[in-house]
Amino acid sequence: MTRQQVLDLYFMDARCKLIELAAFLDRVERAEGEGDFRHKALLKALEVLSSREPSRARDVLMTLSDPTSEPLAAAPGKGACGAWPGPPQS
Amino acid sequence: MRYIEPHAHMVSRTTDDYEAMVTAGCAAVCEPAFWAGFDRSSVDGFHDYFCQLTDYEPKRAARFGLPHYSWLCINPKESEDMGLAREVISIIPEFLKCPTVLGIGEIGLNKNTRNELTILQEHVDLAAKHDQLILVHTPHLEDKFKGTRLILDLLKSDSRIQPNRVIIDHVEEHTVSMVLDAGFWAGITLYPESKATPARAIDMVEQAGMRNIWLNCACDWGRSEPLAVPRTALEMRRRGYSAVAIDHLVYGNPLRFLSQNPRFQIA
Repeated sequence: MTRQQVLDLYFMDARCKLIELAAFLDRVERAEGEGDFRHKALLKALEVLSSREPSRARDVLMTLSDPTSEPLAAAPGKGACGAWPGPPQS
Repeated sequence: MRYIEPHAHMVSRTTDDYEAMVTAGCAAVCEPAFWAGFDRSSVDGFHDYFCQLTDYEPKRAARFGLPHYSWLCINPKESEDMGLAREVISIIPEFLKCPTVLGIGEIGLNKNTRNELTILQEHVDLAAKHDQLILVHTPHLEDKFKGTRLILDLLKSDSRIQPNRVIIDHVEEHTVSMVLDAGFWAGITLYPESKATPARAIDMVEQAGMRNIWLNCACDWGRSEPLAVPRTALEMRRRGYSAVAIDHLVYGNPLRFLSQNPRFQIA
């Protein structure tokens, strides 16, 4: 596809998701109380979007990923939350 | 259009989903063993589940003329309990004789623990001993990158394992290249919130190449879409792909991988 065709096909969808993300961040800011590491992780991932490299999807995923390589001694639970909280607290 | 759904947890779905999939062109469905959403309390629970996968579910699918195949294992979400996991692994060989069982899966990692790695290795031993195909689950979200690297390290260090007989599923943009570059097949899972959307899946295929990739919906008891593969085929049409190219990805590729087991036969 040409760049023009990509814009014609996906611009409105991307615009919608961008505004949803902006509204979510506003909602978090308006809310009271403490948040958690996920808010900071999302803000850090957003920095990737201003990059000019055509690997933003991969780079966003990497900023949200556990970068370590050692297996855990025990599972902290079964689920995943979408952002790495940092090393387990001993 | 025709397609193969190579990864769907149909025991969690309604009969209406079978009807919708066949109406959309599904020619065969494959069901890996999975976590039920709760931990089973004994090996007997797995025995019943394997009976369901190898006997009852193929009959339910056959009511719609749909061939149903399965893969067997204890899912990594339950393999932290190594005692139970070893009991379950011990009953799998009797089910490998069933005519619709294609291999060992979906094995892999969940939270990337030492116990999970031990049980993954024991599943790989089982597959090697019985010359089975392998379907690997990679962890969710923030755990995927690390888990995929650990899984690849384990598989690449095992001389019994032929990469072309292993599919590593749920790849995303940060893991697809490392899987394909190591010679394994890669599965892209289409989910409404996590994993990949149709547009991202096609982006990955366009960048990584179509040769050893399959698409799947992995529909289960959570938010998921049984028709995600045909919807992705529609997305390919919107991008101008030919019917031949779409058929290659959604039918030809899973057929090529799965046919390595001669039990996989579709008309």
